[in-house]
Amino acid sequence: MDVTSLRWLNNPFGDDKLHSACAIFGMMEITGKLLRGDKVFTAMDNMLERGNGLGAGFAVYGLYPELSDHYALHVMFTDGRGKLATEEFLRSSFAIKLSEPLPTRKTQGICGEPQLWQYFVTPSPNIPVTFNEEDFVVSAILRLNTEIPDTFVLSCGKNMGDFKGVGYPDQIARFYRLEEYSGYICKAHSRFPTNSHAWRGGAHPFCLLNWSVVHNGEISSYGANKAFLENLGYRCILFTDTEVMAYAIDLLMHRQNFSPELFAKVVAPPFWDEIDAMSEPDCTLHTSLRVTYGGLLMNGPFAVVIAHQEQMIALTDRIRLRPLTVATQGNTFYVASEEAAIRSVCSEPNAVWTPKGGIPVVAKLGSLPQSSHCSDNLSICVADYSRGDRNDAKG
Amino acid sequence: MRRTGIMGSTIEIDASGLSHSELNQRIRAAVSSGAVSLILRNVAGQRYIGTNLHRCVEKQALNKPQIQVYGTPGNDLGAFLDGSTIVVHGNAMDGTGNTMTSGRIIIHGRAGDILRLSARGGEIYVRDNVGYRTGVHMKEYRDKQPVIVIGGTSQDFLGEYMAGGIIIVLGLHLKRDEPHPCAHVCSGMHGGVVFFRGILQPGSLAHGARALPTVSEDKMLLRTYVERYAELFGADAGSILRSPFTKIIPMTGRPYKQLYAY
Repeated sequence: MDVTSLRWLNNPFGDDKLHSACAIFGMMEITGKLLRGDKVFTAMDNMLERGNGLGAGFAVYGLYPELSDHYALHVMFTDGRGKLATEEFLRSSFAIKLSEPLPTRKTQGICGEPQLWQYFVTPSPNIPVTFNEEDFVVSAILRLNTEIPDTFVLSCGKNMGDFKGVGYPDQIARFYRLEEYSGYICKAHSRFPTNSHAWRGGAHPFCLLNWSVVHNGEISSYGANKAFLENLGYRCILFTDTEVMAYAIDLLMHRQNFSPELFAKVVAPPFWDEIDAMSEPDCTLHTSLRVTYGGLLMNGPFAVVIAHQEQMIALTDRIRLRPLTVATQGNTFYVASEEAAIRSVCSEPNAVWTPKGGIPVVAKLGSLPQSSHCSDNLSICVADYSRGDRNDAKG
Repeated sequence: MRRTGIMGSTIEIDASGLSHSELNQRIRAAVSSGAVSLILRNVAGQRYIGTNLHRCVEKQALNKPQIQVYGTPGNDLGAFLDGSTIVVHGNAMDGTGNTMTSGRIIIHGRAGDILRLSARGGEIYVRDNVGYRTGVHMKEYRDKQPVIVIGGTSQDFLGEYMAGGIIIVLGLHLKRDEPHPCAHVCSGMHGGVVFFRGILQPGSLAHGARALPTVSEDKMLLRTYVERYAELFGADAGSILRSPFTKIIPMTGRPYKQLYAY
């Protein structure tokens, strides 16, 4: 008997194969009311088999309301020297309001834990005049990440934080004691790394200032995107494709004030023949965007959830090669890789739909997104047909 | 195969807290012991429900298992289905009816992406809308002809690389003269037929596929399946069939022959 038939004898249904893909999830309460973290864990638990334990993370907004005017740095040190050098660097450029260890607990399955610290800082008053405050923070963080050994900054936004590492989502959540936090935007990711090795910094979410992103898929245009961004001073150091998405968000939506809709037209633009068929001024707009920002077109399959203090954005590539379902219930907006994950925390959604590829679905503080074609639920329409032709009746 | 005790009976399984392999083990155990009707409660994203069930019943068995699913079944519902019937009281996710050979899946809700990926037989009825790439790589062989009937409309790439079978899209919620919102319809299609009740957006049909008016044989075929849809979901087949349908077929059986050396 050869090995193949032995395998079939032991498992005649062949259901031991590991089928994976990343899992992403996000929820936002548009009134700003704080949601408990446990809903996120339930949803991520539902999508357990999408990840393989090689990375998970959470981003939460609304964490530190009492220190919301300070940049909250979550920093990871793999060595005590990193901490000394970092604190010396921070003292030279920032006023440190508070520094304390990030609360964690010993968790089975998480080994070789780094030291984790949080610093609440404001730039010191004598910033060179050539910098605005946020640019100054970003350049300081990039220096910390690239020039100080054994140091990695997870997040540096205000009133938000990033918690990530190598493990399954439930392990990471337990490790960071996430059940003790609440936020009005909570995002999560479970990783199945395909093209790069798993390490703590390469887990999602990726955060830069107040923006964060979780991603399922692979950006096959990574090389072209990296070249474009490095020309503008970004440094891609994390060995993973999602990093270019994070920098594209920083460049377009943060620095250049693009709306989510305009941002989507750059990273997931319509095809040229669709642009050719457009009337003015759309044709010129799309042509200009593709000419100017061609290097930021993200090719290949992706589904991302992007967040910022004021909004959460769900977007897939233009031909939706990765799954994404969104739902609304009351004042809460949900997005997930799988509908069942949403339903595990929201039993009676008002609307559930799958967004069109390349078109962002945006929830903002104070406004929920609307479904593109009714609510995807036709039970009412079908019932109408038992009473005669609905179209005729509408005339 | 051992069949004892519960021959011909109904078995109810509570799926809450079960992994996909635990749930499928229980389904197979029930079917192997002779149950012909299964009710699954509290299904929450478990994958592969109903997969490989034909291995648990004898080929000649007259009573193929019927599975009623309450909740949200996970990806690849009814993959490789051969003869059973699955009824979903809710929405289905991606990959429903993947490589299905025969049997029926009835969805009282909507379905996600790649419905019936590579299917080669059986019928699927979806009350509401479907996602991307419905019927991708669907094929037919001898007496096997896969059928999909969709009450709502579809997202892009319906019938992509389709090699056989029938897809019928009824667009029941669309207003008069409102086109189906899908693009890249039937891209790479080289067999089979797609019917849309109503019209498509200009330019949404892929190169290599062409739209034709329906002829009398088409109308007979449409009547058969629309009547089944109407019976399942309580609609009026007569008024649905009064509206004009668009028929889409491939221009050639080998759209990519220029790409290959042979």
